Amino acid sequence: MTLDPWVLAAIAAMAFATFVTRAGGYLLFRTFSPPPLMRAMLGYIPGTLFVSYVAPALATGGLQQWVGALVTAAVMLATRNLALAILGGTAAAGVVWAAG
Amino acid sequence: MSQGRPRFSRAAILEGARSSLPVQVAVVPFGLVCGVAAQAQGLSLAEATLMSGLVYAGSAQLLALSHWSSPAPVLAAGLASFVVNLRLALMGPVLGPWLDRLRGWRLWASLFVMADQNWALSVTQMQAGRWDAGFLFGSGALMWVVWVASTAAGHVLGATMRPPAGHPLFFAALAVFVAILVVMWRGRRDFVPWLVAAAVSMLFARLLPGTSWYIVLGALAGSGTGVWRDRRREFNA
Repeated sequence: MTLDPWVLAAIAAMAFATFVTRAGGYLLFRTFSPPPLMRAMLGYIPGTLFVSYVAPALATGGLQQWVGALVTAAVMLATRNLALAILGGTAAAGVVWAAG
Repeated sequence: MSQGRPRFSRAAILEGARSSLPVQVAVVPFGLVCGVAAQAQGLSLAEATLMSGLVYAGSAQLLALSHWSSPAPVLAAGLASFVVNLRLALMGPVLGPWLDRLRGWRLWASLFVMADQNWALSVTQMQAGRWDAGFLFGSGALMWVVWVASTAAGHVLGATMRPPAGHPLFFAALAVFVAILVVMWRGRRDFVPWLVAAAVSMLFARLLPGTSWYIVLGALAGSGTGVWRDRRREFNA
């Protein structure tokens, strides 16, 4: 159970920087009431943010990722059940992995 | 309009925790990997647990640990965390209608436990007309517990528990976002913004690897395109 002062300082820096991003964006919006154009963009942020997460992962991924993503989306469309979709997609990815 | 509705009810906190369970399971493999990485870089169990508890951001922790040194890289680790987590600065304002109604510790605690997964679930709740920010806190608080516990477990179990890099367990994290995208799809008007986001994020994922700039730029480009198109349509109509 050692606690190195440099490690603690690095952890503190990481924790501070991360909390600044968590709270900072929201507080900036709340304090400076941004122009309507930026407010209108918020409606599009959730979808485009996760597209930006998923698209590069699929672009560099292999068959396992593609089959997994297709099965996840299909199960989600059919059932609207998050647990089933994650389970089904991951199982499909596992099948491809085991076969490959 | 929203004044009489609960802001932070126990019921919503519990519902957030309950309905985030499938997402929590997908967090575990990453917690294990992060714990293994911390152990491999010589961090003690106390240090690794402290890091997960205070930072609570998987991709930032993994990136910082992959560039660890002795003495610990204070400035580099802090900067890396900031850049990797910039997307969180875009996420907070989206939940404004919920967060604006919170004060004091409820606001700070809700912001502290806001992460990709529970934010996405909360956005879909908000879009469905729910008003109670307790959902964000409940799902996030449970995820914090799962994250800290699984990194500690990874540190203790060490390399014996490490799944190989291509293991399908890691696909579970991606599956969470694919499934949530299905819920976020609002019809044809999302098509072009999503397409632009995909193209821009793929470009910058190549140009600026190891940061989250590609996510931030993809989201801004896609959203900007959507707003620009909507304005032009209004103008022409």
